[in-house]
Amino acid sequence: MSDLLQYAATGIALGSIYALVALGFVTVFAVTGAINFAQGEFVMLGAMIAAQLVHAGMPLPLAAVLAVAGAALAGAALHELGLRPALGRLSPLGLIMITIGAATAIRGMALIAWGTDPFTVPAFTPGPSLDLAGAAVNRQTVWIVATTAIVLALVWFLFQRTTTGRALRACAADLVAARLVGVDPRRMGLVSLTLSGAVGAIGGVVLAPITFASYDMGLMLGLKGFVGAVIGGLASAPGAVAGGLLLGLLEAFATPISSGYKDALAFVVLIAVMLLRPGGIFRGSFARGRI
Amino acid sequence: MTRGDVTAVGVLAALIALAPLVASGYQLSILISTGLYGIATIGLVLLVGLARQVSLGHAAFFGLGAYVSGLLATRAGISPWLTIPAGALAAMAVAYVVGRPVLRLHGHYLAMATLGLGIVFQVVLNEWVDLTRGPSGFGSIPTATLPLPIAGGETASLYLVWLAALAVLALSLWLVRSSPGRALRAIGDSEVASELLGLHTADWKLRVFTLSGAYAGLAGALYANYVTFLSPQPFGFIFSLELLVMAVVGGLASVWGGMVGAFTLVVLTETLRRSLPEWLPGSSGELELVLFGVALAAMVLLRPTGLVGLAAAGLGRARSLRAAPATAEEPLHAG
Amino acid sequence: MLEAELNAKGGIKGPDGLMHKVEVVFYDNQSQESQSVLVAKRLIEEDKVPVIIGPSQSGTTLAIVDTTQKAQIPLISAAASFKIVEPVADRKWVFKTPQSDSLIMENALAYHKKAGHTKLAWISVNNAFGDSGRAELQRLAPKYGVTVVADERFGATDTDMTAQLTKIRASGADCLQIWAIPPAASTVTKNAFDLGLKLPVFQSHGIGNQTFIDLAGPSANGVIFPVGKLLVASSLPDSDPQKTVLVDYTAAYKTAYGKLPTTFGGHAWDAFWIAVKAMEKAGPDSAKIRDEIEKIRNFVGVTGVFDFSATDHNGLDNRAVTMVKIDGGTWKPAE
Repeated sequence: MSDLLQYAATGIALGSIYALVALGFVTVFAVTGAINFAQGEFVMLGAMIAAQLVHAGMPLPLAAVLAVAGAALAGAALHELGLRPALGRLSPLGLIMITIGAATAIRGMALIAWGTDPFTVPAFTPGPSLDLAGAAVNRQTVWIVATTAIVLALVWFLFQRTTTGRALRACAADLVAARLVGVDPRRMGLVSLTLSGAVGAIGGVVLAPITFASYDMGLMLGLKGFVGAVIGGLASAPGAVAGGLLLGLLEAFATPISSGYKDALAFVVLIAVMLLRPGGIFRGSFARGRI
Repeated sequence: MTRGDVTAVGVLAALIALAPLVASGYQLSILISTGLYGIATIGLVLLVGLARQVSLGHAAFFGLGAYVSGLLATRAGISPWLTIPAGALAAMAVAYVVGRPVLRLHGHYLAMATLGLGIVFQVVLNEWVDLTRGPSGFGSIPTATLPLPIAGGETASLYLVWLAALAVLALSLWLVRSSPGRALRAIGDSEVASELLGLHTADWKLRVFTLSGAYAGLAGALYANYVTFLSPQPFGFIFSLELLVMAVVGGLASVWGGMVGAFTLVVLTETLRRSLPEWLPGSSGELELVLFGVALAAMVLLRPTGLVGLAAAGLGRARSLRAAPATAEEPLHAG
Repeated sequence: MLEAELNAKGGIKGPDGLMHKVEVVFYDNQSQESQSVLVAKRLIEEDKVPVIIGPSQSGTTLAIVDTTQKAQIPLISAAASFKIVEPVADRKWVFKTPQSDSLIMENALAYHKKAGHTKLAWISVNNAFGDSGRAELQRLAPKYGVTVVADERFGATDTDMTAQLTKIRASGADCLQIWAIPPAASTVTKNAFDLGLKLPVFQSHGIGNQTFIDLAGPSANGVIFPVGKLLVASSLPDSDPQKTVLVDYTAAYKTAYGKLPTTFGGHAWDAFWIAVKAMEKAGPDSAKIRDEIEKIRNFVGVTGVFDFSATDHNGLDNRAVTMVKIDGGTWKPAE
């Protein structure tokens, strides 16, 4: 029993990170129609910048804010240099290649700047693990889960309750109509990329105390986050978060069956969902809407 | 195949045949790598440029060809002359089987599905230790050598690889000009229109996917024959990406783009390996990663027809190319 | 650092009694197996080196073993796997300097036996390093009366291994043996600590650098692992034959790089001086260098005291391994 709880706790911790990455994917995809392969690199940038600044002696909260700002800036740069000239002109395939190119370039620049050695970030609130009905829960895990919940709430609020959000949703629903009512899709593209950079970096900052920051951490996290987004239907923020959590739980519970094949599981699920339920598995429920 | 293509293939064949007379063993190994990657990249050019489908998992077909060929030769003691075609056939068969469901997906979904398949394949290589010998891999794969009185393993490998590469090149050049090629081009341009014309688009897409899988498998089998050591490590996502970069850099609008892209990347990697540490002490692979990434994005944005398109334009042949496009004009543009 | 040191002494004194300058050619294989092969061919064919040092990873070394064997160029690898030099009959031209994982595993198991551990929980990284260790465990465990009650794996870039450890917690094991390198080795140690796993934690020689401790933080304390003597050089008795070499190496490394040396750098250092020693006798002739390496006896290196022979291309024995315990963030000899 306590083992089952432990797997669940591990799954939720893993899944929360996937959820944050998935949220970034969905934000960009819903608004621009592009899958941003560099999403995982934003997570890496967040973790690496925070780690560097903390090592340079900066207090953690300030380092975290700067890291998120840095990755948001990277997102904006990616939009201006890569996506703005391509959106509406290139096929999805062309867009994929541009973001893959960007992801590779970002990873390479991180390698040049910081080398291959991993870096640590101190836990936000140090101390021994908490005991939740027999399951050991790292204090940082609590931070991760809480952060995911808050970010989801903020993103939801932004999209549903603000003018910018309405403009973003207009782009997501119908580009031509959005233009007719005076929304500039390019500006909205910029907003969504900046937002996704920030969301990804937040994931990186809260994750780094558990798993260390290294230049190559983005690739796998990005892919797993994408799987989470697809499970959730690729166009809905709550769906993306639920999809990420579900994937984390699946992996945690599959590990005792075969820890070697665990990594294949996410991608088998990905293909199965895309073929059998292309609208995501929560189709028709809370994850219905675009964003 | 146009008359120009026939001449070009002939000239290339002659150059390769004479290369061992002037080139060092190391230069030959660059040509061999070009041939190996070129075979696989041509398959991607056909898939992306002609049928406008994408694969981010082609390393899996390459790896499958390599493993089937290598394992049959090593563990079953079958002659490499049989295991190399077997590797290609195995990859072809798997491409056919997985292609049927997966090609129902479009755009991003297809890209991610193929990427997923690639990762699943690598996990299986790592985990099915009894069959594949796991992450440590295996070596001493028996090699096929041409029955020619030639000295030096590199020359023999060069002729074998390029025999296959030239055959693949010629077949592909013929294919894009034949009626199947025209059908494919129609699908690339508009699926709806071609369905109306009575073309079964799904069948045609599957055929190109299967062919490109076979090419990758053939390249992999030849790789196993050349390197004689296999482990799961090389056949991951990064390699799939490299193949795609080769196709894009070379040019998706022409079969020649596959060869040009493979050659460019192999030579670039080798040049950078020596000169980068001189320009920027302490750096090596890092800057290369940045360059590849920027080159890929810039090429797609600015020159979607790749180096071949650039060369054609430079030679003032842009007009004739446009008059009879080898494949779709700008395959990455929204249709 | 090494090239400068050697040429400052005037180079290698050849068998002809003259001093020869040495040029060391470096290439980065980017830890890619397919790249490794090209690099090896380049060194052999283009740079015409008489001897190759490196690579430092088991996978990349195994990938080029066939190439160097065929070219008859001695290869002195700085990688762990015993498969690099075994069976010696098939590895005539291949040597290696790090302690083989068989040797390390024997020491770890002997320690487990002495401590009364009989039920061992195993968790390793899913690559050639972990795989090779796992194969050695399965081969040697029965000899030491140890049963493997859990056998788990994780990926080199995994971020959380708590699920595997949860399964291990329920397995009834009396010790945890981890086989990985940082950062994953640190992550799993931290996860075990956070989970409150009450098992003594053992690692491998893969964590012989400060990085492991920096990353794992307080959870590293109490970890015991078999490794070369370098890490505990200052606490060795003066009678130890390696003491002077190790203390000097540590000081030289600190001057050159401003940080503490790692056991991995030591492997390359040893490989370099073994090559130099052989070349002093043999000159630039590959075959003679190979023969001379086999004749090297009682060479006191950083890794251990090497006694090569026709049947032992690693040349190390139990004297090259000691058990180290991490205590208060530094290395102490484990009793």
